[in-house]
Amino acid sequence: MKRHLISAGDLTRDDALLVLDTAEELARVSERSIKKLPTLRGRTVVNLFYEDSTRTRISFEAAAKRLSADVINFSAKGSSVSKGESLKDTALTLEAMGADAVVIRHAASGAPHRLANWVRGSVVNAGDGTHEHPTQALLDAFSMRRRMGRVEGLKVAIVGDVLHSRVARSNVLLLHALGAEVTLVAPPTLLPVAVDTWPCQVSYDLDAVLPKSDVVMMLRVQLERMNAAYFPSAREYSRRYGLDRERFARLHDDAIVMHPGPMNRGMEISAEVADSPRSTIVEQVANGVTVRMAVLYLLLSGSEPAIGGDL
Amino acid sequence: MTTILIKNARVLGGDPCDILIRDGVIAEVGAAAGKSGKAETIDATGLVALPGLVDLHTHLREPGREDAETVQTGTQAAARGGFTAVHAMANTSPVADTAGVVEQVWRLGQEYGHCDVQPVGAVTSGLEGRQLAELGAMADSAARVRVFSDDGKCVSDAVLMRRALEYVKAFDGVVAQHAQEPRLTEGAQVNEGEISGRLGLTGWPAVAEEAIIARDCLLAAHVGSRLHVCHVSTAGSVEIIRWAKSKGWDVTAEVTPHHLLLTDACVERSPVGPYNPIYKVNPPLRTNEDVLALREALADGTIDCVATDHAPHPVEDKETEWAAAAMGMIGLETALSVVQEAMVETGLLDWAGVADRMSYRPARIGRLSGHGSPLEAGAAANITLCDPSVRTAVDPAAMASKSRNTPYEGMTLPGRVVATLLRGRPTVLEGKLV
Repeated sequence: MKRHLISAGDLTRDDALLVLDTAEELARVSERSIKKLPTLRGRTVVNLFYEDSTRTRISFEAAAKRLSADVINFSAKGSSVSKGESLKDTALTLEAMGADAVVIRHAASGAPHRLANWVRGSVVNAGDGTHEHPTQALLDAFSMRRRMGRVEGLKVAIVGDVLHSRVARSNVLLLHALGAEVTLVAPPTLLPVAVDTWPCQVSYDLDAVLPKSDVVMMLRVQLERMNAAYFPSAREYSRRYGLDRERFARLHDDAIVMHPGPMNRGMEISAEVADSPRSTIVEQVANGVTVRMAVLYLLLSGSEPAIGGDL
Repeated sequence: MTTILIKNARVLGGDPCDILIRDGVIAEVGAAAGKSGKAETIDATGLVALPGLVDLHTHLREPGREDAETVQTGTQAAARGGFTAVHAMANTSPVADTAGVVEQVWRLGQEYGHCDVQPVGAVTSGLEGRQLAELGAMADSAARVRVFSDDGKCVSDAVLMRRALEYVKAFDGVVAQHAQEPRLTEGAQVNEGEISGRLGLTGWPAVAEEAIIARDCLLAAHVGSRLHVCHVSTAGSVEIIRWAKSKGWDVTAEVTPHHLLLTDACVERSPVGPYNPIYKVNPPLRTNEDVLALREALADGTIDCVATDHAPHPVEDKETEWAAAAMGMIGLETALSVVQEAMVETGLLDWAGVADRMSYRPARIGRLSGHGSPLEAGAAANITLCDPSVRTAVDPAAMASKSRNTPYEGMTLPGRVVATLLRGRPTVLEGKLV
């Protein structure tokens, strides 16, 4: 039985379209003055966050609450976890409390897979290490579809630290399933060694890719990467891979700019570009709640989950 | 005078014959049944007789981590696996970097008597890679240490490695290197390749092993000393070792059973889903191409021997997220079965080849007297009897090791050790500890 959403690769094309279509319907609810639906009344969703991520946590919290689920926020800081409790023991505790779904954010790649061995409820990956962040990819696809009218056939450039990016991994898998053409753009140091086996194109040259792109997704670049010799300096990174006004001007008129946030303004993206009407950055946040509602709804509302994968 | 008669054993897989043992020494191999007198008899019909297996690379964890393994349980596991001697690695707590610690471990082995325990001495004090440990004192101790290793850590400092190689020449020692360039493997979790990229785990690149092996071969040649390379895991390493041997340099190498059978695909796909830390090991599981190159190298002798790198860990150190889990797998009780599966069933080695790679050569590399001799009259009666005809599912609960971290759980493997004799005394009979 499928019951988890751990990797974007768990979703077939039909699964992904079902999430996007469900989100579209739920978006109408979000536009009403009373935003709440009774669908998940009596169900318990636990937000298990081992990393600080206020934006993702409140997005899942809002999504669960709009579906009338009970939400428990379990933050690793200041809890039994900081006293050395293992992930397994935390999982067994949540299991004993009757969690129907556990939304997990963890610094270790694969932690949601491990968790799924120890709980009966659904596991939703809210970002695991440098592995995946499937609901981010779903909200990105949803945002593209709302702006561009379709995902299939779109040319999407994903620019930045692909090596350490869970957003890039999930987007490559999901956008490929949905028929978009993805090009990863990064300095060679920030690409995985076997990236040529991924279902996408790869380029080191942002200027060559931009004019051909319908969507440009900028990834956050962490400054500490500089110290590990991934690139020489923030200035040089910005010059070669930052989306500034000049580069933005080379995009065709309908192209949009995305960023999963939080941004380093002036580093990978300039303030003018981030605030331009062709940026979807604020919409992405709103769409995040809607898409996460759809995911929780599809995993929890029926007797059988409508989407997702098993281990 | 104790006399034991092993009947109808196929010595190295040959025709059935009898082995007569008197006072711990092989008295006769052939049709000896008539001359045995009042002997205790072991019926070995259908069984293959091998010289007692010798492991160059075992972690017994005592002193310090008796929750994972002790000299007692580890040597019981060794006997069950057909071993009559194991080399106990130095990364205990305290580290085996003084004569006192190596003698303690050696004496514990003698006391329990399941198999001989030959301690390995640390190359550097505290495995810290700064200062040579008292190698000579360990060599001169009752433990007679000849193999020195900082295993778990690489002697990465080129000067220190050079000095260690030079210094051990005085007592015919060997430096067993854990080849891992530390800067290239910071935070490394799995083989760097397709799977590390997909799973978002920090890669452990093959070059980090190969670069150290190349350097060490050159250093060993330069100072005219002996180098042994621990747990070779990549096709590139094999090529470098083959080249060094072609120069006539005194370089030997070992491969683990798990690197002969498993690949990094296990990390992505297992019965309990991806990221199962039971497959977390250092060096990491590599690709199928590497596995095939390692098998070929073991077959042609480029790699001298199989060594288990038996690395016990308690359950709680493996029931975690991948990055938090301990590295290592137990292997003593499955080694011969895995070698049969990977090397014998594939036609790459016959039983004489298995005897060479799992007994003669490791004993010679470790300068271990009384082990690794052919099953001939006059040799110490260190004998392993195995039944190659059975296939059984690996059951961790049935193992003698204190730990359960075997990657082969549920896999069906060929062969079963029926009896092990240490200097004529059975340590295992009918597959059970004596």
